[in-house]
Amino acid sequence: MHQKLINTNNPTMAVEVSGLVKHFGDNRAVDGIDLKIPTGTIYGVLGPNGAGKTTAIRILSTLMKPDKGSAKIFGHDIVKEGQIVRQLIGLTGQYASVDEKLSANENLYIFSRLLGLSRHDARRKTAELLEEFGLLEAATRPLAKFSGGMRRRLDLAASLISKPPLIFLDEPTTGLDPRTRIQMWNTIRSLVSDGSTVILTTQYLDEADQLADHVAVIDRGKVIADGTPSQLKASVGTATLELKLNNKTEYEKAKQIIQSLLLVEGHISSEGILTAPLSDPELITDVLLSLRNRNIQLSEVSVKNPTLDEVFLAITGHETDKNDVENKYSISINNN
Amino acid sequence: MNQTIDKSQSVLLNQIGFSRTLRQSLIMAYRGLLKVRRTPEQLIDVTLQPILFTLMFGYLFGGAISGTVHNYLPLLIPGILVQSILTGAITIGVQLREDMEKGVFDRFKSMPIARIAPLAGALLADTIRYALVTILTFATGYIMGYRPETGFLGILLVSVLVIAFAWCVSWIFALAGVVGRSAAGVQGISMMILFPLTFLSNAYVPIETLPSVLKWFAKVNPVSHLVTAIREIINHGLITQDFWISVIGGLVILCIFAPLTVKAYRNKA
Repeated sequence: MHQKLINTNNPTMAVEVSGLVKHFGDNRAVDGIDLKIPTGTIYGVLGPNGAGKTTAIRILSTLMKPDKGSAKIFGHDIVKEGQIVRQLIGLTGQYASVDEKLSANENLYIFSRLLGLSRHDARRKTAELLEEFGLLEAATRPLAKFSGGMRRRLDLAASLISKPPLIFLDEPTTGLDPRTRIQMWNTIRSLVSDGSTVILTTQYLDEADQLADHVAVIDRGKVIADGTPSQLKASVGTATLELKLNNKTEYEKAKQIIQSLLLVEGHISSEGILTAPLSDPELITDVLLSLRNRNIQLSEVSVKNPTLDEVFLAITGHETDKNDVENKYSISINNN
Repeated sequence: MNQTIDKSQSVLLNQIGFSRTLRQSLIMAYRGLLKVRRTPEQLIDVTLQPILFTLMFGYLFGGAISGTVHNYLPLLIPGILVQSILTGAITIGVQLREDMEKGVFDRFKSMPIARIAPLAGALLADTIRYALVTILTFATGYIMGYRPETGFLGILLVSVLVIAFAWCVSWIFALAGVVGRSAAGVQGISMMILFPLTFLSNAYVPIETLPSVLKWFAKVNPVSHLVTAIREIINHGLITQDFWISVIGGLVILCIFAPLTVKAYRNKA
């Protein structure tokens, strides 16, 4: 199931993790994780709350020591060469890692000074970042008055002072409204175009889908699947056919047609949408023709590729949805 | 955008040298002072308390203990000074605990800076608070009519002694802050340490009036020695045995608690 993508243009690995373990008491938060992350990519770490994402990030960013296993950042060991690793990374934590009592201006200035910039350079860098992240107007306000989005932007700006080649973003958009979320996505994309490697954890599958070149799905401290978003989706194997009918009384009839042509059980949702897994797109013509012949009128037709949501549910086996389509996916994944 | 990093950063080193550690500690101290400017209410304990206690204790006990308020002041001012400055020292623990729980601490830990810098910076910034206590106590005393025998020079020597002593003692509270689990718990433990130390001493009352067990404790209590040392210097211009006991006492506390704190801090941070 593990499909490792190795970028041959870029032989150096930004991150190499092998057999990483960390437990808190009986709870194995990270339970033997292996990762290889090529430079210059956005690597998504996808998992539900408590899957071990944050613990893994904390270990890789030297905030915590692993119990077992090893990890290298650009070839430097995270335990033995911690200070070197810290010079290569920027961390944007799950909860904004900035000083609440200070202003955006003061925060960035202090971080810049700590990173060795002179007073003059620190002031210039601060102004530069405030402008870049659209925080100029709020620069002198205390952070207590900042919105969640502004705080995250400041947090990200602080991680970029030294232009680190590797940036950790731990759930960078959790709790943001959709508009701010898209802004954040654009910012993250531009980081990679500047040559940085980004490791992004997220609970949002569409976020990983939108941003990541490569995704590792983790659950209960283990990597349970790994590949590009499209590989993961392809491993699910099927698209979904969705039909909406003009006449509610005809749904059962349509379901029978689907049963006979696609050889699968259709599902009628409470919103009045008939869905069915579609393994061969060719068959859709037969379905539509057959519906026309029986005089069943359609109001909407669509074919959807599986979302990462479905992928995730299929591999983790955590049932959250009554939709029986996912059970079929889990069979195809297990055979993979 | 990426040319602003100084040269020392462009070479990857696994060690942070002493001069960079010092510089980073000073920047952290600057951060502490910025925070004080943002939230001046942090200074209430080191501003109002010395003023209030000096006035309160002076007029309350002056007549009973020394006949008049004026006669009580040479006894009281050194006592209040030591009590207020040590009370001011306990906040370091609470501050550290709060700081270490905040997200910003994660950033510090993930930055290529000396791990000790946030701790050292907080301890450095706190000396400003001790200076404030010292100035306000003497100023209140002056307004109430206290004129130390040895004048400004005596006050200066006493200030250095008491600030240095408080700084050494603040490592005890820093340790409580580093190992403690919550800010409220740290505050509680620190108060439990502080109250017996300051009140069961000669800070407010002559030791001779105490029952025998308390008398014994008050005599060996380092706070008593410090108070006596201060009284002897500013009231009589004498550097007595108590001065040296205080200096050595402070150094002993420093030598025990600084390494313990740093060790606990490194483990936790």
